[in-house]
Amino acid sequence: MIQIEGLTKQYGATTVVDAVSFNIERNSIAVIVGTSGSGKSTLLRMINRLVEPTAGRVLLDGADTRSEPAHLLRRRIGYAIQGHGLFPHRTVAENVATVPRLLGWPEERIRSRVQELLEIFQLDPGLYADALPHQLSGGQQQRVGVARALAAEPGVLLMDEPFGALDPIIRAKAQEDLLGIQRRFGTTMVLVTHDMDEAFRLGHRVAVMRQGQLLQYDRPAVLLTHPSDPFVARMTGLTDRAMKLLALTTAGEAALPGGSDGPCVASSASLRDVLSELLWSGAASALVLGEDGSPRGQLPVAAILARGRP
Amino acid sequence: MSGANLLRLAALGLLIAFLVSPQTFAPLFAPLTRYGAPPIYDQGNLLALALAQLATVCCAAVASTLFAVSLGVLVTRPAGAQFLPLSRTLVNIGQTFPPVAVLAVAVPLVGFGEKPTLIALFAYGLLPIFENTIAGLRSCPPAVLEAASGMGMSARERLRWVELPLAMPLILEGVRLSLVINVGTATIGSTVAAKGLGEVIIAGLLSSNTAFILQGGLVTGLMAVLLYDGLRTVERRFLRAAPLD
Repeated sequence: MIQIEGLTKQYGATTVVDAVSFNIERNSIAVIVGTSGSGKSTLLRMINRLVEPTAGRVLLDGADTRSEPAHLLRRRIGYAIQGHGLFPHRTVAENVATVPRLLGWPEERIRSRVQELLEIFQLDPGLYADALPHQLSGGQQQRVGVARALAAEPGVLLMDEPFGALDPIIRAKAQEDLLGIQRRFGTTMVLVTHDMDEAFRLGHRVAVMRQGQLLQYDRPAVLLTHPSDPFVARMTGLTDRAMKLLALTTAGEAALPGGSDGPCVASSASLRDVLSELLWSGAASALVLGEDGSPRGQLPVAAILARGRP
Repeated sequence: MSGANLLRLAALGLLIAFLVSPQTFAPLFAPLTRYGAPPIYDQGNLLALALAQLATVCCAAVASTLFAVSLGVLVTRPAGAQFLPLSRTLVNIGQTFPPVAVLAVAVPLVGFGEKPTLIALFAYGLLPIFENTIAGLRSCPPAVLEAASGMGMSARERLRWVELPLAMPLILEGVRLSLVINVGTATIGSTVAAKGLGEVIIAGLLSSNTAFILQGGLVTGLMAVLLYDGLRTVERRFLRAAPLD
């Protein structure tokens, strides 16, 4: 659990972050969105004290982050950034081993941890462990960056636009992988982005910032249905908010009892995708299948449309 | 074997052969002498002189490197940034003040011999190392430095594990430049009785023996070229650092 209390950063007369307070639940993903200059990166960097706050404090599992030297604090908090920041003179394995080495892990434990992470991130250790970062593709470099941030099994992972430099297809894959990692390790994640779609896809809760102030911090569906501020409504998008709302619910959650002779959809598919499928096929309802392929129920168009209203 | 390697080996072979057995080359230098003067320097061992000069240059280079790199690191830290203009001025004076003048100033203070030469070479060799250290440290990509701090490296660990390794190619280039410049410059040390090939050149000047002058000059020049080349090969072999993008 991360508690952010009245966090403020001023540079001279300019207030970059203005008395922001919110809590991030353990094992959840919080996404901070805002336009450039909204103070979102500064807010993130105050959590691991890369930027020292002017006022306010951050509590990590109840303990003030200022109670230990900043560099020791940062070894317990994963940190991944846009453009990955990999050390160009170190191999992939050495990059990933950075924090465990700083913490003085035994060599054997470091080696097995690096091996494990490379496998999780689909980087064959035999091929890539001894490669230098510039020999990897952009997507691979980004995965190594996240693997390095997770190497010492931190309870918290901070990410600043980690997927900003990736093309859309690789980005979607990276987002999927990140959700998988979060489910697997239960890491509490705080992610900064300017991309509302990314925020909705990843965030359990989303914080919208403008000019240093936190406008709203809530679940994505609430941001869509009850925006606290016209700016939040503009950020979330006015024209396709119904579609965005549908995208937040899966077919499994919305399925009604009964069968259907319409197209089959996976229970993990979003209602947006199911609706698209129904429009395309002209059917009135879809059959929802569980992960094992057995029918879970049906989804008529009307039930989907009802979910797209606030 | 490539042509460049062949040329290197030939040059090295020639240098060693000449230093070990200079009399073999006597017929080559004989046309340059007059009135039956000796064609090969005979008042000292050429090999010993060359090694002495190399030793002096290397001692000075070690000292310049330690000093210039430390100074470069200091002025690129936030706490030392205000010393940058002053340090730059000092180092520039070291380069612009003629080594001969340094010798003249140093001899009354430390006496004749190797010491004043070391001081002159030390001062003369600082600039390329200092400037390259600063350039190297400043060329580290900001994202890499941010990641290093974000990982939890202290300022000292970041310098040791990230900044210096990334700056190393440029620092080594500075050391190489400094060394090569000083191999030539070191010959003037002989004016204050430091052992070196300057002795041969001065002997040639005093006795109007062109062969002596040429010998001292050629051996010095060949040493400088081979040193430059050899150090560059070593740099390439030991630095696997990727090109910074």
